[in-house]
Amino acid sequence: MNFLALAGVLLIPVLSAAVLATLRDYRLTARLNMLAALLTFMMALLLFFVEVTPGPYLLVDDLNKVFIVLTTFVGFTTSVFSASYIGHEIDIARLTPTSVRFYHAMYQMLMFAMNLTLIANNIGLMWVAIEIATLTTVLMVGIYRTHEALEAAWKYFILGSVGIALALFGTILVYMAARPVIGEGLDAMVWTELVQHAAKFDPALLNVAFVFLLLGYGTKVGLAPLHAWLPDAHAEGPTPISAVLSGLLLNVALYALLRFKMLLALNPAAIAPGPLMVTMGLISCIFAAFMLYRRRDIKRMFAYSSIEHMGIIVFAFGMGGALANFAGLLHMTMHSLTKSAIFFAVGHIAQVKGTQRIADVGGLTVTNPVLGWGLVLGVVAIAGLPPLGIFMSEFLVVSSTFARAPWLAIALAFGILIALGGLFLRLNTIAFGEPRGPTAPAEASFVPMFAHFAIVLMVGIYMPPVLVVGFQNVAKLLG
Amino acid sequence: MRGLSFDIAHMLAGSLVLVSFMQLYQDRLYALLNIFALHAAILAASVAWQALVQDAPHLYLTAVLALVFKAIIIPTALHRIIVRLGIHREIETVVGVGPTMLLGMGLVALSMVIMLRVTPQADPLAREDLAFALSVVLLGLLMMVTRRNAVSQVIGFMSLENGLVLAATGAKGMPLVVEISVAFSVLIAFIVIGIFLFRIRERFDTVDVQALDRFRGERR
Repeated sequence: MNFLALAGVLLIPVLSAAVLATLRDYRLTARLNMLAALLTFMMALLLFFVEVTPGPYLLVDDLNKVFIVLTTFVGFTTSVFSASYIGHEIDIARLTPTSVRFYHAMYQMLMFAMNLTLIANNIGLMWVAIEIATLTTVLMVGIYRTHEALEAAWKYFILGSVGIALALFGTILVYMAARPVIGEGLDAMVWTELVQHAAKFDPALLNVAFVFLLLGYGTKVGLAPLHAWLPDAHAEGPTPISAVLSGLLLNVALYALLRFKMLLALNPAAIAPGPLMVTMGLISCIFAAFMLYRRRDIKRMFAYSSIEHMGIIVFAFGMGGALANFAGLLHMTMHSLTKSAIFFAVGHIAQVKGTQRIADVGGLTVTNPVLGWGLVLGVVAIAGLPPLGIFMSEFLVVSSTFARAPWLAIALAFGILIALGGLFLRLNTIAFGEPRGPTAPAEASFVPMFAHFAIVLMVGIYMPPVLVVGFQNVAKLLG
Repeated sequence: MRGLSFDIAHMLAGSLVLVSFMQLYQDRLYALLNIFALHAAILAASVAWQALVQDAPHLYLTAVLALVFKAIIIPTALHRIIVRLGIHREIETVVGVGPTMLLGMGLVALSMVIMLRVTPQADPLAREDLAFALSVVLLGLLMMVTRRNAVSQVIGFMSLENGLVLAATGAKGMPLVVEISVAFSVLIAFIVIGIFLFRIRERFDTVDVQALDRFRGERR
């Protein structure tokens, strides 16, 4: 059972990547991709029922269970969306069958790399996994081979590599700090060992290490001012990849950051990582909120919205404490579900209209009611209006901050309101008003999108006690 | 013996920083490639020396990887790419040589100040190595920032990776996982870069990143 769950989460994606790379028929590979993602998700659910003793490489605890289940779930729904999206891209010859073959193999490689990052107990292994995830997404962002796609992929590759290089330097420094206490060799990179002995590490070395890790993995989280790759990569790659990038990969990088934050929190003499994260989170949130106003490209706009929300999440985790951590965790989950659902809608909109320019899309609720109202629902959710889940989590973040640092709470609320204005300004043009552009009905599967919205709505109205208790446990773990 | 082994390691790490500086002011791609090969060769020597001193035979593997891949195969391949693309002319730098060198010196001073201050009780070899490694990393970053040409940005990235390998080998007893992964990632990175250069060539007649910049931003 133990072995089955662990192996399932890691081996199913790897093996299916190998199989998908060899098959030609794109309809078949799209279905197999869905099947593999579904199986991985079921294996991830199995993790809740097994006790795994942490080894030198793998670890399963309450924290990463939540991340893994979220990752595999959104991975599965995105693969369903991807099947209909890719079909259309082949019909209009934007993608060739060969590149689709490659795309599906890379999709599963990405799922593998993300699961490996989450399940790794070894900070070296974790770094390697994030590197693999970056390389696979770089290749997928460049898959259209247009000027814009190539430039976006190149920019992402260079900035991502620099970030990852800085993170490796930070990882080496953590090892250097651990070595005198734990001793040479593998143990000094094993996370569970590090946590046990963290109080005795050299604080100065840990401080420097955390700065490198924050800058390095922070680049991957998309925190301002290190976010420059993010809007381009989201706008120019295939939309399923935008959904996975926003909904999952940013979280995975954040998870790495959280692990190191927990390490630092255990050392009384090291700097408190909280204020650094709060600062970067707040800057990202407010900066991205203002950037929303000048966007002309629909995918780019939602990419900036992702920066804003990652800012809020990092802010919440930076504040720390049981309530703020709970809020951060909830917000992360809600953002993943909502943002990927929005990208599902946006992908079909761009296919119907043949463009991503906001100015060329209009009156969607009239021409394509399901798609249009789906997008409206998504924007209402992402802007943080009641009764949806993001309202709950944003309310919790702001109110828990209010009790401890009122000025920070006001600044954060300001950022959220600015973003709300920006989003609705654009939504107005896209969803209502004079219909513009082609009005052909979308050949889309709306199930993934509305499934996500249903969960977000349910959490906004009534949170099941299982979920509350689970999140509370994780929040305690995060300290 | 202890003194000598320290001196040699120190010298090799120091020359790596020196060669990083030499890369900064090269204004021809061929020359830059040669200097990069030298950079990688010195790294290989330094890693091999660490393997001897630390009595860690697995580090020889890293040294061989550095020598074969970074000092021989990659420069040769990039050389061919440059010939095929016909871009062996001058590199345009965004900032002039003078300011770049001054910035580089500032970065080296910064890394000395940071690393030597936070590691007072670590053993001297690891300390100095780490300080030099950070300098090499920062100089690599500086090069990536100041160059416009895609090939020289890649070289900047690879010399940055060299700095990381230096740091990883200087940290005594660091598990093998990481060394292999570093070498491996360079390999992957190279493949990716190869594909990119190929694709860039498909679409443009230049690998000047500035030409790509024209397409940036939002379509109006």
